Amino acid sequence: MPVSDANALLGAGDTALASPAPRMEVRGLDAFFGKVHAVKDVSMAIPEHRVTAIIGPSGCGKSTFLRTLNRMHETIPTAYIRGTVHLDGEDIYAPGVDAVSVRRHVGMVFQRPTAFPTMSIRGNVAAGLGVLRAVGERFDVEERVEEALRRAALWDEVKDRLDASALGLSGGQQQRLCIARALAMEPGVLLLDEPTASLDPISTEKVEALVHQLRDGVTVVIVTHNMEQAARVSDQTAFFLHGEMVELSPTSDLFTRPRDSRTEAYITGRFG
Amino acid sequence: MSTGLSARTSLRRRFVNGFMLSLTWIAAVLATLPLLFVLFYLLEKGVTSLNWAFFTHLPHPPSMPGGGAANAIVGTLVIVAGASVLGVPVGIGAGIYLAERKGAPLAVFVRFLADVLNGLPSIVMGIFAWELVVVPMGHFSALAGALALGAMMIPTVTRTTEEMVRVVPSPLREAALALGYTQWRTSLRIVLPTALAGILTGVLVALARIAGETAPLLFTAFGNDFWSLSMNQPIAALPLQIFNYAISPYDDWHAQAWAGALVLIALVLVISLLARAATRSGFARASE
Amino acid sequence: MVDEVRAGASGEAENTPTEPPRAGIAIHGGGAGDRIYSVVITVFALAVPALLLLIFAVVTNAAWPALKTFGFGFLTSSDWDPVNDVYGAAPALYGTLVSSFLALIIATPLALGVAIFLSEFAPPWLRRPVAFLVDLLAAIPSVVYGLWGIFVLIPILRSYVMPFLRDTLHLGATPFFSGPAYGPSMLAAGVILAIMILPYISAVSREVLMAVPRSQREAALALGATRWEMLWGAAIPFARSGIAGGVILGLGRALGETMAVTMVIGNRQEIAASLLAPGYTMASLIANQFTEATSDLNLSALMAVGFVLFVVTLIVNAGARWLVWRTSREAGI
Repeated sequence: MPVSDANALLGAGDTALASPAPRMEVRGLDAFFGKVHAVKDVSMAIPEHRVTAIIGPSGCGKSTFLRTLNRMHETIPTAYIRGTVHLDGEDIYAPGVDAVSVRRHVGMVFQRPTAFPTMSIRGNVAAGLGVLRAVGERFDVEERVEEALRRAALWDEVKDRLDASALGLSGGQQQRLCIARALAMEPGVLLLDEPTASLDPISTEKVEALVHQLRDGVTVVIVTHNMEQAARVSDQTAFFLHGEMVELSPTSDLFTRPRDSRTEAYITGRFG
Repeated sequence: MSTGLSARTSLRRRFVNGFMLSLTWIAAVLATLPLLFVLFYLLEKGVTSLNWAFFTHLPHPPSMPGGGAANAIVGTLVIVAGASVLGVPVGIGAGIYLAERKGAPLAVFVRFLADVLNGLPSIVMGIFAWELVVVPMGHFSALAGALALGAMMIPTVTRTTEEMVRVVPSPLREAALALGYTQWRTSLRIVLPTALAGILTGVLVALARIAGETAPLLFTAFGNDFWSLSMNQPIAALPLQIFNYAISPYDDWHAQAWAGALVLIALVLVISLLARAATRSGFARASE
Repeated sequence: MVDEVRAGASGEAENTPTEPPRAGIAIHGGGAGDRIYSVVITVFALAVPALLLLIFAVVTNAAWPALKTFGFGFLTSSDWDPVNDVYGAAPALYGTLVSSFLALIIATPLALGVAIFLSEFAPPWLRRPVAFLVDLLAAIPSVVYGLWGIFVLIPILRSYVMPFLRDTLHLGATPFFSGPAYGPSMLAAGVILAIMILPYISAVSREVLMAVPRSQREAALALGATRWEMLWGAAIPFARSGIAGGVILGLGRALGETMAVTMVIGNRQEIAASLLAPGYTMASLIANQFTEATSDLNLSALMAVGFVLFVVTLIVNAGARWLVWRTSREAGI
């Protein structure tokens, strides 16, 4: 199942045919806010066990694109999309598919830490688990919490104060707590929307290292305005500009041999 | 020559500026004076009339000294509790609606009407409760008083709940949705608990406002010289007793009225201080 | 390039070996729960207009017999005669308007002064305590103001203020300050109402003054204006309709205020030009006579007074809210 060569998925369809189905597949996606056309005709395959980075100047539609992958886009009034997004072969926008269920399978972490202020550390990690229980899944909550915190590399720092308020944690710890909260749901895909934008360099480093480790267990899509970050953590990188996807290449290729002149202009710092 | 002219103008302008500035100082002094004046007399006359019997005894006839207002204090608490049961859920529910559907035409309309309702004279609320409860039941009752005061609480609770739910950061809401929470679960499990301290403040502010209301109780709760805790019977209330004693011709009762006013103000102030404390603890938690 | 990717992806579609869909995606939705929740909070929200409508219906219904019997003359007649069952609300209407406007005349300059003081001139350490004290004025129950009015304010008015106005200033020559000074009077009602509405006017005015954009203030100051000129030339014109809204809001409070007024106005069913004479207001008429109503028509007449009060305050409040809303919207832009 792991895609042995991420390159095979990129570019022409004939090479993609040779590899197994990607975890997520976006086809001809347009996203709108009312009359504003924020994402224009984007198609992208997101391979399993890989980190896909999305870069581009602010306002290029990269966050909007990310939010179409777990149907968060539509929580904004007047927002809608055209096109299809498949998760494990199933169209998440098909009639009858419930957006709320999609979000249980595609987790998301935001720019700023969003620890729930009224809950303890344990309560935060377990926050989504009640939802899973409600749909009939059975598991040991304590085990899940510990496992999620371990995967988020936070367990050792918080294991002695699981019942303390989550607001007592540092910004970086809170962000990893949010990642743990998402991981506890055991999602197939994890979306990270500029997860280090509000963090200091040391916390950023920890989160980046974490992202690198995570891909063994989960497919990651990360939006970042930081090109170095994309280069450090991702396997393939997409460059967005004015709502369009200009280029999607293996990360090493995109930063060394960009195929599009606009990509080159961006990564060499000539605009944005 | 020209510099001298401009110097003179600026002197005049400086004078006007200083004069107006001092007028606003005088206004500030004059505006705070009545409060100090009221509080001074309350303390002076209230403290001398206040004694333990006031809290433990039933009212006495004017010729017999030593009566109290125990039933009126308890009665006020009963009415206020009843009013909260009627008014708080509706206010919180409507407030959540206003916060979540900010721009919807119905929300704009409801917000406007809540403000209008807030300005409605309390005595009109009394008439309303009289017609709706006292007339069908055939007698005055604590329930009628609670209905009148409960209706008065609704706009205050609605608008504070709205404000407090609105200031819950939207990323928090998004995070819950992204976790697979439904809208209602997000509202009840994440947004409301986060806004709780603020909503509590709103409820307390509304309580402080209605605890001293008298006019709507005149022909609903009506007053009662004896013990009663029943919602179905006329009930004593501290503001009513203050009113009846104040307009009576007896000095004993006047003293009781001052004592009652002091207790009432203390009650209102305690509720207000609790409200402030609730806000502070909420802020402290959010900014920790 | 984009087209290429897309073509590739869609070309692949027919051949995608479909894994079995992951369990649960389409099954357990929030749909029904969210719909129920939405209906519940909408019902709560609708309770507010419903309540207002219900109050209007109930009061109108109760007032109907009197309104039908006396028609428009109810507002112009001065008779209030339970023995012959003839009622007119003119003195109460007159008293309500006069006492409220008197209160506005006293309270508005003071409240504006305080608002300007707090938003512009007050030293920072004084802002919070003064604002707190003024706000506290609104927290004191009406009946406590009434008590204070009877035993403190009225004796002062009777012994000092009224003789001063009437004799020292020779205002007694005008009809407005003539006649004996009993104490309980329109003047006493106006003064106590002024104290009671002051915090409302000042709070709204302070808010709209604070809402004046910094750029407006700084532009004026940069042109060399003094603080006062900035205020008069830039801030106040900007906040004007909001301040007007605050004043009208205060008017709404004054019109419907019951207990304090009932306790100090003297409750006499007569129209007197002199502010030193006792009077009546609509609210105090209801408060005083409700439990003593002798006939159904008597009761209905009191309800009709309540109806008039309801309609007047409704219009006044709606107007005030509209003005305040307009200012805050302009400030928002």
